[in-house]
Amino acid sequence: MIIAERKPLEEIAAMAAPYKKICVLGCNTCVGICMAGGEKEAAETASLLRIHRNKENQEGEVDVFSIERQCEFEFIDEVLERLQGYDLIVSLACGVGVQTMIEHVPNLRVVPGLNTTSMGYPTEQGVWAERCLGCGDCVLHMTMGICPITRCAKSILNGPCGGSAEGKCELGDDIDCAWQLIHDRLSSFSRLSDLTEIQPPKDWSTSHHGGPRTTVREDVRIDRGE
Amino acid sequence: MIAGSNLEKVINSGNFVVTGELGPPKSSEITQLKHHAEEMKNHVDAYNITDNQTAIVRTSSIACGSTLIQMGLEPIIQITVRDRNRICIQSDVLGAHALGMKNILCLAGDHQSFGNEPGSKGVYDIDSMQLLKGLKDMRDENRFMGGDELEAPISYYLGAVENPFADPFEYRVDRLEKKINAGASFIQTQCIFDLDRFEKWMELVRERGLHKKAAIMGGVTPIKSLGAARYMKNNVSGITIPDELIDRLKGAEKKKVEGLNICIETIQRLQEIEGVAGVHIMAIAWEEIVPEIVERSGLYPRPKV
Repeated sequence: MIIAERKPLEEIAAMAAPYKKICVLGCNTCVGICMAGGEKEAAETASLLRIHRNKENQEGEVDVFSIERQCEFEFIDEVLERLQGYDLIVSLACGVGVQTMIEHVPNLRVVPGLNTTSMGYPTEQGVWAERCLGCGDCVLHMTMGICPITRCAKSILNGPCGGSAEGKCELGDDIDCAWQLIHDRLSSFSRLSDLTEIQPPKDWSTSHHGGPRTTVREDVRIDRGE
Repeated sequence: MIAGSNLEKVINSGNFVVTGELGPPKSSEITQLKHHAEEMKNHVDAYNITDNQTAIVRTSSIACGSTLIQMGLEPIIQITVRDRNRICIQSDVLGAHALGMKNILCLAGDHQSFGNEPGSKGVYDIDSMQLLKGLKDMRDENRFMGGDELEAPISYYLGAVENPFADPFEYRVDRLEKKINAGASFIQTQCIFDLDRFEKWMELVRERGLHKKAAIMGGVTPIKSLGAARYMKNNVSGITIPDELIDRLKGAEKKKVEGLNICIETIQRLQEIEGVAGVHIMAIAWEEIVPEIVERSGLYPRPKV
């Protein structure tokens, strides 16, 4: 899922300062699950924003509600009329949600209340780890299900590098060396010899480096006719 | 003979090879670098010139290499994959060759977050293995990484680094073999302070006959003070310093003298280890000591080949 965390309140308050009718809009899917922008966090953010604005003697009101997903037109449509009453929407969706909102409702002023950090999963309560960079050409079959593109700080395909020590990355002890993990898993499946092959340079054109990506599936598109 | 560099000739002659290291400055004022190069010119066979080491912005390796060539000295250009994509790397290699550089050391480079531009975007388009293989193919197959042909052949002597002190230990020899297969003719190791571990690693190297496929050069660094030792132990990625060594320095009256002794003893032991072809002396911020190290290690004069 998509992982995000709320921007500092001061930053949100500064974005909202020039506006009077403000809506904090939560998103209940990914960012709801990672406790950054769901219903509960939206209510909390709205309260904090109200208190802050009161202190600063800023006039106006701060409303709050949430929708299931800000990244799909259908869900936005359900609240279309309601959204029109606001000078500013503070979206507690990921960056995708914010952009879906303005694309679908161009007259809305929408600002991000979250910083979108990564695609990953919770490894324990309160800890979310990045696991996919969306490179467009998955290599997990070669690396025993551990992504070196994402989890190695240098995205090395022929690792581990010389900075790997006691299973940790040279960046710090809180980061596992992805290639140590791959090495250990290969070892446990008696497949260490897989590492002898020199992996060629990756074709990054399938990733963001090839330009912004659009996925088209002709087989599921709706034929709109002539 | 591949590229005919002095480094390659000394290695091929079977003499114990000696290389030094020059770190370009955080300015374009390279008088000091030239001075250090001059100082050790009779004591080393070639000079590594680092490529923005520890991710700190410095004069480029190739620019300093060009200066060395003008002085009649031989650089080993370092190329990291941290700051350049394959377009830039290959372009720089063409340029370095055009300027007369014959030795290239391929490495990944310290992560940009360690340096003075921690907010910069790391490139890592290719890794150090792919860099070696790509440059080997440029030289031996006359084609760029993308498959296009070079308009004229190119030649250089390729090297790589290996860290016997990184983990997983057993894999370090596999990785060395992989680097040799990818194109490395010479190998410079990370600074050796833990000689026992290095010897264990060399045993595995010899078991596979890898010392016959590439020249293995042990990396050494003279330690100037207890603080420097502690700093390296705790802050420099990939370096291991055993506690006994720290204790020995601690017990010594003159730390600098003891640090120097340790370095020279290490080089003397390296000369006795079967399969070690040479030493790479990284006297960071203590370059003027290199002649003494080389002389006291019994490696002076350098062979004329």
